[in-house]
Amino acid sequence: MAQEVCCLKAQLKEKEKEIAALKKKLAQLEKSHPTVLELHDKVTPLTPLTSNPALSNEDIMRYSRQLLLPDLGVRGQLNLSKTSVLIVGCGGLGCPLAQYLAAAGIGRLGLLDYDEVELSNLHRQVLHGEENQGQAKALSAANAVKRLNSTVECIPYHLQLSSDNAVQLIQQYDIVADCSDNVPTRYLVNDACVLSGKPLVSASALRMEGQLTVYNYRGGPCYRCLYPLPPPPETVTNCSDGGVLGVVPGIMGCFQALEVLKIASGHGSSCGQQLVMFDAQDARFRSIKLRPKQPGCAVCGENPSVTQLVDYEAFCGSAATDKCLKLNLLSKDQRITVQDYKSIMDDAGPHLLLDVRPLVEVDICHLPSSLNIPLSSLQERKSEHLQLLQERISELKQQMAGDCRPPVYVICKQGNDSQKAVQVLDKMSGSEVDNIAVKDISGGLMAWAKRIDPTFPQY
Amino acid sequence: MAAPIAVHLEFGGGAELLFNGVKEHHVTLPSQSEPWDMKQLLVWIQRNLLKERPELFVQGDSVRPGILVLINDADWELMNQNACACLTAAGLDCSVGLKPAH
Repeated sequence: MAQEVCCLKAQLKEKEKEIAALKKKLAQLEKSHPTVLELHDKVTPLTPLTSNPALSNEDIMRYSRQLLLPDLGVRGQLNLSKTSVLIVGCGGLGCPLAQYLAAAGIGRLGLLDYDEVELSNLHRQVLHGEENQGQAKALSAANAVKRLNSTVECIPYHLQLSSDNAVQLIQQYDIVADCSDNVPTRYLVNDACVLSGKPLVSASALRMEGQLTVYNYRGGPCYRCLYPLPPPPETVTNCSDGGVLGVVPGIMGCFQALEVLKIASGHGSSCGQQLVMFDAQDARFRSIKLRPKQPGCAVCGENPSVTQLVDYEAFCGSAATDKCLKLNLLSKDQRITVQDYKSIMDDAGPHLLLDVRPLVEVDICHLPSSLNIPLSSLQERKSEHLQLLQERISELKQQMAGDCRPPVYVICKQGNDSQKAVQVLDKMSGSEVDNIAVKDISGGLMAWAKRIDPTFPQY
Repeated sequence: MAAPIAVHLEFGGGAELLFNGVKEHHVTLPSQSEPWDMKQLLVWIQRNLLKERPELFVQGDSVRPGILVLINDADWELMNQNACACLTAAGLDCSVGLKPAH
């Protein structure tokens, strides 16, 4: 009998060990492969958010430091867990926003982005890692958020928000955060929020500045009240052209998280009729009192003309992405390909290569023989630059026999500014400078890097 | 006659690029028979400060769509027709910020 008990006890101990080992293995496996999230490529109806009537012991421990705040408290925390937030754009603003909302215990996060992770995103889009390159941003962000707080329900949407799906999607959420990077999407999100009656926490960041406003909130103005007409497309700068210091959208995304949490917890936002401007250069925040809701507003006014979503790309005259458009300003005989230029270079024919990018970009990379005169200097006819240009043309003329026009090839990053420069130089040729034969190198240095010299840096 | 007034102008959010990248300008508006108003100030800015491509700054007799005009940290629209009063009364402290939204 005693022997049998002993034997059973030993067996039990062995099994317990086995169970512990299995549990450990499972935990490790789950850690390296978190719950597989389903990536949505279209808008589907969501089940209502289930809410807990009380906080669990684990909740109390996890959120203890914010539960201690009288501003939040248990009631505020429970309100957060009942709130769903749609984040439009999982980039420089959306990443820190999603991170802080998840950490604070928001109930449900919709994470929307049509784009994939690229190396040039990582300096500011801090939820994505090197191993996520090529992955859908929505999925990469959702996985990162899940690692941080597995109790938050995440729904990644890998799709372009459009007039066809925006209202259907936005209706399913309590609060919307605009973290997009282009004007048509800003109007689209605004109109869909007005039509669905949702508050819109909107921020932007460019170069060293950021802005934040809460639209369509407690009777305040909407985006269209402030900006009834879109800006001319040529006046809009995006991050891939203008540059941005990563921490600036980081600060603005955190600011958005703060306002979302205040609205979700029941505390309320004070940015409903206010524009907060952040100047990173002199570390200054300014609050601007805005106009109230406009009775004549096309979407939230008394007699709205926009009662359903429209074609926002047509309305704004630009595409709903921040990718650069390819201009086509010149005739075919005014352009050469990078391959053509490679053979001109190899033949060592006398010519001038003019790089019209700003100096800050020339410092990043340039072709060795190029002369740098920024497009803006040509447009403004800066005398020291015109003189330099004339000197180089004269030198070229001396090298060339006869009286033919010296060839000038113009290059920039992607081949848009170089076309504008060709137009300017064509006007100057024969009057402000000697007669020249100007051509644009189609596709610019990025085409050179792709097709001719793979060691040339891309940015 | 309205006396000359000192105005502190600020351009931001990319609008400064139309003014050689200079964000802050301290200017003195000359005396004129009428009190200065915002529309006249925009014309003055266009004639005296704007370097190039006025279409990126003005359209008709106002700023182009996408630019917000702010007076003393408030939206110009809040002032309505009283903008001229603001310009003369505020004198030295009057700052006008012009910010495009993106």
